[in-house]
Amino acid sequence: MPEQLLYAMEVSLNGLMAGIMYALVALGFVLIFKASGIFNYAQGVLALFAALTLVGLQQGQVPFAHVINAIFGTDLHHFGWQLPGLVAIALTALVMVGLAILIERLILKHLVNQAPIILFMATIGLAYFLEGLGDVMWGADIKKLDVGLPQGISEMIDTFTFNLFGYGFFIDRLDIVAAVVATALVAALTAFSQYTKYGRALRAVADDHQAALSVGISLRFVWVLVWSIAGFVALVAGIMWGSKSGVQFSLSLIALKALPVLMLGGFTSIPGAIVGGLIIGMGEKLFEFFAGPMIGGATENWFAYVLALVFLVFRPQGLFGERIIERV
Amino acid sequence: MFYREAGEFKTSYVDDSQTFPIKFDRMRYYAVLVIGFGIIPFVINDYWANAVFVPFLIYAIAAIGLNILTGYCGQVSLGTGGFMAVGAYACYKLMTAFPGMPILVDVLLAGAVTAGVGVLFGLPSLRIKGFYLAVATLAAQFFLVWLFNKVPWFYNYSASGQITAPERTMFGIAVTGANTPAWAKYLFCAVVLFLLAWLARNLTRGTVGRKWMAIRDMDIAAEIIGVNPLTTKLSAFAVSSFFIGVAGALFFAVYLGAAEVGEAFGIQKSFLILFMVIIGGLGSLFGSFAGAAFLVLLPVLLKNVLVEGMGWPTDLAAHVELMIVGALIIVFLILEPHGLAQLWRVAKEKLRLWPFPH
Repeated sequence: MPEQLLYAMEVSLNGLMAGIMYALVALGFVLIFKASGIFNYAQGVLALFAALTLVGLQQGQVPFAHVINAIFGTDLHHFGWQLPGLVAIALTALVMVGLAILIERLILKHLVNQAPIILFMATIGLAYFLEGLGDVMWGADIKKLDVGLPQGISEMIDTFTFNLFGYGFFIDRLDIVAAVVATALVAALTAFSQYTKYGRALRAVADDHQAALSVGISLRFVWVLVWSIAGFVALVAGIMWGSKSGVQFSLSLIALKALPVLMLGGFTSIPGAIVGGLIIGMGEKLFEFFAGPMIGGATENWFAYVLALVFLVFRPQGLFGERIIERV
Repeated sequence: MFYREAGEFKTSYVDDSQTFPIKFDRMRYYAVLVIGFGIIPFVINDYWANAVFVPFLIYAIAAIGLNILTGYCGQVSLGTGGFMAVGAYACYKLMTAFPGMPILVDVLLAGAVTAGVGVLFGLPSLRIKGFYLAVATLAAQFFLVWLFNKVPWFYNYSASGQITAPERTMFGIAVTGANTPAWAKYLFCAVVLFLLAWLARNLTRGTVGRKWMAIRDMDIAAEIIGVNPLTTKLSAFAVSSFFIGVAGALFFAVYLGAAEVGEAFGIQKSFLILFMVIIGGLGSLFGSFAGAAFLVLLPVLLKNVLVEGMGWPTDLAAHVELMIVGALIIVFLILEPHGLAQLWRVAKEKLRLWPFPH
């Protein structure tokens, strides 16, 4: 086989893996948008916040140490314990549920029936707040996240492809784990929304707020539920991205990577988020591989958006979005 | 007592269709002009110009531009930073390519170039609506910033990749460059803002503005009663981008002096200006001014209180500032989703009845 083709295959495989990572973030967006019609810009910052909290709890950092030191002149850093990964993850999930309850109490409750753009701006405000809070609570330095996920090149695929084509593909084992986790997550979410009582309530609210209210479904509970699930998805995304590239501010920018995925897949479709993620991930890696060297590289920042934009011109509701019917 | 229509007898059509039909409003307008052009330029110093007034004036132009698109025509855009970058780079290329051209012409032409780019990126708005469009405008943001970073022609092959404004004068006084007096910066921006705000005011209350609002309120219904969505949406994109381009040109040439595209015109700028428009009030020119003033003053104030008042380290203060800004935005949206302009409207209603509310 020609080498160029092999490289392209490797690149597209890596693209698919990256796409799954994007889809993980996009999933959180879709859940909230479906259940409450809120375009939650804070999803990326939620992932950052979750990852920061996870690292902080795991390493026993003193929360708000920086502020306390600045006000009282003390010198606090760590409690001096190390939590095992799973315990820290469970505690962080609890924190995310608490955060969801607070968000519902303090923000969403007061903004019922406002225009979508107002809610969108509120989530941007929330993103600012959480970003500041995360830094104030746990410090702004780059942290290493290690919860025991495998990392480095996958030897198996390397030898397998070497025997097959005479060229070993480089695939990160972390990406494979992420793919498995994402698949499991989607399966679990789908099962949850299809077969459980609360899942049905969630779909009912997504369908029609008022009708759901009138048959006795508590809107507020469903919102807390959906924000908790989104917080959990953010935690998973935070763990994956944090293990890959360290926990730092740029983690929150993955939200921007997830937006074209959403456009492509449709704002209201969970499978759409996955398929969109795969298309975007593969498309941008291949474009960078073929066209990047000719036009100066770093095309990944915008290619996904332009791809989604061109696509939307032909199909305005995205791949799997609900058909848009407009009436006067 | 002061603010009422009673006793004002209009005797001609010109009187009847004037911009400020109420005398109090007219007096306020003239008072602002007198203070803005007659007093501030004489008392302004470097700190006030650079920290408060010049950014306020420039952001007000950008906010008016975005308000035309989002507030009047209902098309949410997150590409403001990218369009400001177009204005800045167009202005830079014009300044360096034609050194003899008056700076005001440079700035306005930069706006015109941005208008063209805006129309191009506005084309998808004919098919895409709502949040899909908002995300689509991010394509403009990222693509334009990337373009200005990667194509050396735009920054004249300078080694640092930065663009630096050369000195240009107006009536013999430096307006851009390192030797610009504070009052010249202020006055130049103030004049441009005055002209553009006047233009926006008259556009929005005329045929064009009514078409924009019809599209905003319900585009299908507007189309049925004979508003052409193509020309209406694209004209909103063109006018809005013109304003934003002018703001970008001023931001680079007069305010910053030297700019690096990712830093000066990144996505944060898009959000900042959208915040100004929302906090000020969608579909209100006064709101654009109020929102710009609020978000320019707030960080200055917080910085003064936290760093100088309480002696906190700057990085911690920056994070706390982020928290406070975020929380204030949320509080604001909860208390008054229609923005500062709505407070102003309510105050005026109260004033009409004052001091006998019943």
